[in-house]
Amino acid sequence: MSERLVMTGGTVVDQHGERRLDVRIADGCVVETGPSLVVDPSVEQQLDVSGCIVGPGFVDLHTHLREPGMTEAETIESGSKAAARGGYTAVVAMPNTDPTQDCVEVVKFVRQRGIEVGLCDVRPSGSITVGRAGESLTPFAELAAVGVHLFTDDGSGVQDDGLMRRALEYAGELGLVLAQHCEVASLTRGAVMHEGECCSHLGLPGWPALAEELMVHRDIELVRLTGSPVHLLHLSTARSVELVRAAKADGLPVTAEATPHHISLTDESLRAFDARFKVNPPLRTMADVEAVRGGLADGTIDAIATDHAPHPSRAKERPLDEAPPGMLGLETSLGVARSVLGLGWQQLFALLSWQPATIAGLGEVHGRPVAVGEPAHLVVIDQNAEWSVDPMQLASLSTNTPYVGMTLQSRVRHTIFHGRPVVIDGMVNA
Amino acid sequence: MTERRHFRSIDEVGIDSIRRLLDVTDHMAEVSRRPNPKVPALRGRTICNLFFEDSTRTRMSFDTAAKRLSADTMTLAVGSSSVNKGESLRDTVETLSAMGVDAFVIRHRTAGTPWQIAEWTNAAIVNAGDGWHAHPTQALLDAYTIRTRLGGATSFDGLSVAIVGDVRHSRVARSVTQILTMLGADVRLVAPRTLLPPVPMAPSSHDLDDVVGDVDVLYLLRMQSERMGTGLVPGGTEYTDRFALTPARARRLRRDAMVMHPGPMNRGVEITVDPSTLGQSLILDQVTNGIAARMAVLFDLLGSSGTLEDGSNV
Repeated sequence: MSERLVMTGGTVVDQHGERRLDVRIADGCVVETGPSLVVDPSVEQQLDVSGCIVGPGFVDLHTHLREPGMTEAETIESGSKAAARGGYTAVVAMPNTDPTQDCVEVVKFVRQRGIEVGLCDVRPSGSITVGRAGESLTPFAELAAVGVHLFTDDGSGVQDDGLMRRALEYAGELGLVLAQHCEVASLTRGAVMHEGECCSHLGLPGWPALAEELMVHRDIELVRLTGSPVHLLHLSTARSVELVRAAKADGLPVTAEATPHHISLTDESLRAFDARFKVNPPLRTMADVEAVRGGLADGTIDAIATDHAPHPSRAKERPLDEAPPGMLGLETSLGVARSVLGLGWQQLFALLSWQPATIAGLGEVHGRPVAVGEPAHLVVIDQNAEWSVDPMQLASLSTNTPYVGMTLQSRVRHTIFHGRPVVIDGMVNA
Repeated sequence: MTERRHFRSIDEVGIDSIRRLLDVTDHMAEVSRRPNPKVPALRGRTICNLFFEDSTRTRMSFDTAAKRLSADTMTLAVGSSSVNKGESLRDTVETLSAMGVDAFVIRHRTAGTPWQIAEWTNAAIVNAGDGWHAHPTQALLDAYTIRTRLGGATSFDGLSVAIVGDVRHSRVARSVTQILTMLGADVRLVAPRTLLPPVPMAPSSHDLDDVVGDVDVLYLLRMQSERMGTGLVPGGTEYTDRFALTPARARRLRRDAMVMHPGPMNRGVEITVDPSTLGQSLILDQVTNGIAARMAVLFDLLGSSGTLEDGSNV
């Protein structure tokens, strides 16, 4: 593979706006940009990206790669392929592996395995508490020393108010960010889906919006008390969005993300009792969907994050109360966001690339402007593509996408990682 | 090929089919009253009772219904199956399907399993109760029992019904509310807020004394004693004091009221009066009609016309 690459005919989108530019890449960096670069085919590869959007690669704040421990569902290799095909050049790997990413050994393993696979930057997060048990703090400084920036007990929220306060105080002075899965467990015991009209009708135990909002509120107040930043994972309710909007208006260091599924699907999806639509937090009402979209549009919510959560089909075929929550997201996030949000490219890139990069502590490397001297982590998007989701065609080892048969707009065509096209025309170039 | 029909919930089946099934139930009740209550309608058909949750009564009712229609039956109750040995629901269903099953009668503790199972088999699915969600044959037999008492009325317009007790956890309450509402009745739920669904499917009240003297139908639900003394309702006699059919409340019932219960009764909890002394009780009629209603459902899904003659004539 040539180390030199020129992309011609594309429209570049980044922090500086949107303009027609060719981009020359060498040695992993952008070395030249201009309206019509001359290509020397003897020393460099040309990618004709006419009509396409070229921008900084996406950064996912919320990916479950399942390795170590649950490699039937996904591996760092298969998840990296899915990420690359989805346009991601960096993913934050959630810590609910087995064993948990709560110690240097496991974190190093994940990071190292990501480097070996070499398709995107795999950045392990650490758990806030040992074993995600909600009792004692993980060694934040030790983990920070091996590159961990984001800490979360994702899958469950830190229930103990006092412990969360101490965790914020301790992490804050180290410059680290705690990310919260907001769910007050005592309100969601046995819950399968959103608490409302639909769950009442279906006879499934409900997960009330309040269970999320109470913890959003608590964490905002803990941020006010401690001054340490918090990142709120996968906001799903209208009131959560309002709470974050108010916190930001108060100048608090609170950031938030929303998933593609919480802006595209509602609890009505469960009416056919298909466990592919079981997810945590659950799909909510149309009013919530619209509020979350509004939060993304007005900047209240900083990032679109996938919560890519692979599960083998045999797990999703269990009765709804036993089936694990979660759905695939990496390969469909752009298409879903493009299809439902109606945002311009620059705003979409802000939500998918440079804003999450900053939250993940990767802002010096990922989500950079397409400019000379910057690392060449880029995505090329066929903006007019319309495609139908076929679970068997996804790179993920699992097939639990909720978008089967759905038509999405825009598709990742190429992904450039460290100057190397790791995806060409939608295919992983291993 | 037309899509395989199932009987999984009242709202899925719809009002037209419900009316037809009530008529077929009437026919099956007539069959059941014959000296030889057996017809060859489903001879050669195989019905599998797949019960993942204990239910002697419903299982026996379905089994009897199938036998009166001359179907072959097999029964898998979870305690005796490989389901406990790690075999998945899907594997179990596919294995049984491969033995040649025309219909599965399914009882499961989790809402929705009849829909999941339908994806893995070509057999018809009859929902014999899924979690808190639906128990449509119970609803059908209840509607039939009321209709019979009303002299065969095809509409329940103006009929006032109170469903009393643990509505939240009751598939019976959901299905009965649906079918009676569909047929025109005014259904009211009587329960403490803690035992109602988050969004109740009908108007509700927490005062049984307020309604007991007015209703045409008093439908009592089973209250599981293990739910009392939890975060849902206080222990002791408070639930019984507030929501049971006591002798005092029984005296206030209208003479032409109907008292119903899906069984099994929790005597001393939701009912402290002896129903056999209660002229208004239809509780045993419900049991009898249950067989006819289930015959109607099985025949509707698997039978062909012209096979309901007396077996001795065939």
